Amino acid sequence: MDLTIGPIQGFWDADLWSAFYARLAEEPAVKRVVIGELVCSKRLPFYQDRLPEAIEQLLAGGKEVAVTSLALVTLKRERKMTADLPGLGLDVEVNDLTALAHLPDGAQFSVGPLINVYNEGTLRFLARRGAARFCLPPELPAASVERLAKAAGTIPVDVWGWGRLPLAISGRCYHARYHDRPKDQCQFVCAEDPDGLAVDTLEDQKFLAINGVQTLSAQCANMAHALDRLRHLGVSGLRLSPQSTGFFEVIGLFRDLIDGRIDAEAFSEQALPHAPGGSFCDGFIDGPSGVAWRNQIPA
Amino acid sequence: MMELVCPAGTPASLRAAVDAGAHTVYCGFADDTNARNFPGLNFSRPEMAEGIAYAHARGARVLVAINTFPRAGDEATWHRAVADASTAGADAVILADLGLIAHAAEAHPGLRLHLSVQAAAANADMINFYAATFGVKRVVLPRVLSVQEIAAINREIDVESEVFVFGGLCVMTEGRCSLSSYITGRSPNMNGVCSPASHVTYTEEDDELAARLGGYTIHRSAKSEAAPYPTLCKGCFKVGPRTGYVFEDPASLDASELLPALAKAGVCALKIEGRQRSRAYVAQVVRNFRNAVEALEAGQPMPAGMLAGLTEGQSATAGAYNKIWR
Repeated sequence: MDLTIGPIQGFWDADLWSAFYARLAEEPAVKRVVIGELVCSKRLPFYQDRLPEAIEQLLAGGKEVAVTSLALVTLKRERKMTADLPGLGLDVEVNDLTALAHLPDGAQFSVGPLINVYNEGTLRFLARRGAARFCLPPELPAASVERLAKAAGTIPVDVWGWGRLPLAISGRCYHARYHDRPKDQCQFVCAEDPDGLAVDTLEDQKFLAINGVQTLSAQCANMAHALDRLRHLGVSGLRLSPQSTGFFEVIGLFRDLIDGRIDAEAFSEQALPHAPGGSFCDGFIDGPSGVAWRNQIPA
Repeated sequence: MMELVCPAGTPASLRAAVDAGAHTVYCGFADDTNARNFPGLNFSRPEMAEGIAYAHARGARVLVAINTFPRAGDEATWHRAVADASTAGADAVILADLGLIAHAAEAHPGLRLHLSVQAAAANADMINFYAATFGVKRVVLPRVLSVQEIAAINREIDVESEVFVFGGLCVMTEGRCSLSSYITGRSPNMNGVCSPASHVTYTEEDDELAARLGGYTIHRSAKSEAAPYPTLCKGCFKVGPRTGYVFEDPASLDASELLPALAKAGVCALKIEGRQRSRAYVAQVVRNFRNAVEALEAGQPMPAGMLAGLTEGQSATAGAYNKIWR
């Protein structure tokens, strides 16, 4: 099982961002890193000039590096950002099909978890176009994961292993709305919540979390207890989604789990203090709903 | 004249929509191949053929929505739906899944393909990709775009564009949302349902009615008030010290006042949401919109207040068409 570190979903302070990738470059347990802006094009200018150095550090640390597309491309500058991705000379992780439209014919690319790969026909179409790696949508049940991994043949297939789940993307910015600001005058208020802002029900049930235009799960996905099954289904890697604190402890625990030094029970006990939102879910893989943890819906 | 694309959840609604002046009706088969997979709704194969014949005899078109994402291992069900729509004489199929579109383009080269809103093609590059790769003829634009952005897209694409103007409003980019399966295990993409009634409970507690979805409280309202349906992105929630409609109010879409602007933006077809609505509702909305597009075509003002009373007893919004919504 390889570990891929997904793009940072939140808006992080630039110094924190740089320190994170410098440390990630030195982290032996990580094989692959997807870097770049996934959620909001307005955030990119705050760290864009630091990207080359971070990429260089990661490559020097022996990591495979891919650069993500935006999750939703609408504006002119977003289309240009997306069109420019292949020119970086790195593997492009397509998270909006707009990026596919801009890849030169025959170029290899990766398919991220925000692309709707629900069936073999879609997977085969993308493979014919040059897809060389898939991270499947988190929503998929085990039966679909198994069939897709089989259809992928030698192409590696990853699933979401850790972190708040990317459940929805919108044209509307919920952080700006919450702070009574128009989206165009958001003053980058999402930076106050680098791992998302909790949304609870009127009865204080942990429900969701907002991250600008993105909606995340309140619970932190943790596939530790499904690891052996995922291996058996043909999954070749786990994607861990970065968080602003405790992330390197989580990486270490995953390495211990994968290498058999600890079991899933011990993993979850030791990882829980680091889980954004303070609770786990793993229900998409075998139900009854995504929020379920080990088949139980939280009370 | 702008084309009116009207919903039909049943054969009776299809006939009502055609009789009320729909240029085009869209509908789906009674299974999880379409995004309104509700109990008691949609068409059997013979009903589809009869409905299409009824519409064609009156000069109206029928589009068949096959716009969920096929389940791995079960693609044949979706392939069969496309083949059966073609056999029944559908004027086009509305598809969202990349693999299914590729299949339809290859297996049914004569069949007109429309790109569903569920495909979330939100810019000219992606739309042109679908047109060049698969010969898609029309795109239903995602509800994240302003009228200005729609106009800009239309200047850069050669295919027709269709936009939603009335009915239910998705707040999230459609086809890119798994909130419903996170809470209930059933989603628009996989099952053709959002916030399904099977997971809804209403409970009287003290003087309030709690509406819950999958055990999660979406609204609490005073017993004297009308309780909105607990669609999960339109609930009242707590964030920090504040309580409110974090994502969207329980509002529905009404862009009727924007019809002239949408026409100017190059939109060719106007879509009304509501395959789950009654035949009487469909007939009234269709009649009113038909009057509106005819007035527009004749250069006359829009009939005022034409849709009052039809917005589900809720507030209405023009959604992302007005940029400030975002």
